[in-house]
Amino acid sequence: MKKQQFQHSALPYFLIAPQLLIILIFFVWPALQSVQLSLYLEDPWGLSSTFVGLDNYTDALSSDYYHQSALFTLIFSSAVTFFSLALALLLAVKADKVIHAQTSYKILLIWPYAVAPAVAGLIGIFLFDSHVGPLYHLLNQLWAFDHKLDPTDATLALILMSVWKQISINFVYFLAGLQSIPRAVKEAAAIDCQSSFKRFWSIDFPLLAPTTFFLLVINITYAFFETFGIIDTLTRGAPGGETTSLVYKVYRDGFIGADLGGSSAQSVILMVFVMALTVVQFRFIERKIHY
Amino acid sequence: MRTKVSFLDHGILWAGVIFLLMPLWIAFASSTHTAEYIANEGVQFWFGDNFINTYSGLLNGTSSIFLEKGDNNVTGTGAWIMLKNSLILGFGFAIGKIIFSMLAAYAIVYFRFPLANLFFWIIFASLLLPLEVRIIPSYEIVASMGLVNTYTGLILPLIASATATFFFRQFYLSVPEELIEAARLDNAGPVRFFLDILLPLSKTMIAAIFIIMFVVGWNQYLWPILMTTDSSFNTLLLGIKNIVNVIDEGKIPAYNRVFALSVLAVTPPVLIVIFFQRWFIKGLVETEK
Repeated sequence: MKKQQFQHSALPYFLIAPQLLIILIFFVWPALQSVQLSLYLEDPWGLSSTFVGLDNYTDALSSDYYHQSALFTLIFSSAVTFFSLALALLLAVKADKVIHAQTSYKILLIWPYAVAPAVAGLIGIFLFDSHVGPLYHLLNQLWAFDHKLDPTDATLALILMSVWKQISINFVYFLAGLQSIPRAVKEAAAIDCQSSFKRFWSIDFPLLAPTTFFLLVINITYAFFETFGIIDTLTRGAPGGETTSLVYKVYRDGFIGADLGGSSAQSVILMVFVMALTVVQFRFIERKIHY
Repeated sequence: MRTKVSFLDHGILWAGVIFLLMPLWIAFASSTHTAEYIANEGVQFWFGDNFINTYSGLLNGTSSIFLEKGDNNVTGTGAWIMLKNSLILGFGFAIGKIIFSMLAAYAIVYFRFPLANLFFWIIFASLLLPLEVRIIPSYEIVASMGLVNTYTGLILPLIASATATFFFRQFYLSVPEELIEAARLDNAGPVRFFLDILLPLSKTMIAAIFIIMFVVGWNQYLWPILMTTDSSFNTLLLGIKNIVNVIDEGKIPAYNRVFALSVLAVTPPVLIVIFFQRWFIKGLVETEK
């Protein structure tokens, strides 16, 4: 906080009131309701509900579907995070070397940031369409690719579209990170070490570690939550529910399955996970930033 | 000192560019052909001569998005209406978010008042939890307030997150302390200080956050699906959801118009990001860290 501050009786309350109200009504209240709902078992018509304590949690955590979904989320998120970080880093290192055409490359590489995940999913539907899709035909030549029947192929299609959408934002951060490395450091490194590959791993990469860690958190959050739109358009959890991520399962169980208690319990579990992730991130950010 | 740039470096960059451009390129090129042509020949990599026909039919809602006749539930609403609603959502979300967060961040950083700490933590708790995981109770609350099928119900609950407040708080904290002292010496009150000093200083920051938030608002998917049952409130992303629903029922889409709808749904945010990429990158890199 600032050392110098205004003293005023009512003004700060007026300033903070709009935001505070919105957050109380549309965030705190529903979040508390999620917790409450997760302790009750509601009949499918919403007429009665019985208090069941932590049953919804134990049910969720012990169900095979939940395990399957957790496993899928783990594999999917790791793959999306790894490939979008690795490819973005490769492109950023190359773009950092190029001086003249850098702005053009930047413009050509950042725009997918603005594409909605659902649109990426819809375009994916047609790229992987067994009738008109070029990717389907290409992959089908290589092995009997069919994302409608084979869960691995469906996961692959989801990973491809999710990585496609995520590379650009990682690229921006990596490029900014590389450009903030002082010239003197680069020059010294160039004198000491001839191999540019070795130079990258011993000098640039360690200096990028804070950026990479920050991006890791961002990418995990992306793979968890924002890919909802891609999953809901491209596979909708099919085949056989094997591409249902944990977030998508909350939505499916709650809205389509009308299992409010179970769905709420799952969202509370996710809440705890996100909180842990955010706390880690906050601690990290607070250490990084000097006011 | 820079190392020599080789053909391989450019080659890798171009491979990246092509990988990123290809899906949208295919969508755009295909949207300029007729649906029958794509159905027979597959998606297209080069332009046809059906551009005006495809887009005008889509925007006015006169041509069906499906090849089988008699089901107009998707393009009963012309894409003009969806475009308008998407713009309202994008602008409303970005502007609302910026105003609320700037005021709240100003109160938090520049005033000392009782309960300030409590309010701060309530507001920042909202960073913890995306709308997706509290969506059912959120829907029930908004429905009970009678806000289904209103722009208020569409926009306000989405604003209930402190991302922008966090950015502005960090920005204000980096503004030199001397400014407020100088303002005091000039007898400027808090309102004057905000309008004459802080607001002009925040211009670049506001622009950057506006671009990021516009994209976020425009791309909202799940919430509009729940909030709007009346087709006059459909956004472009909702149009996309409807198409996917009907494809799932086994109907054959009019490929050209579906691709055209995707192109419409990405063009405004992509153009904003490209034209204002400097601010956008500044906003991303300087605020989120």
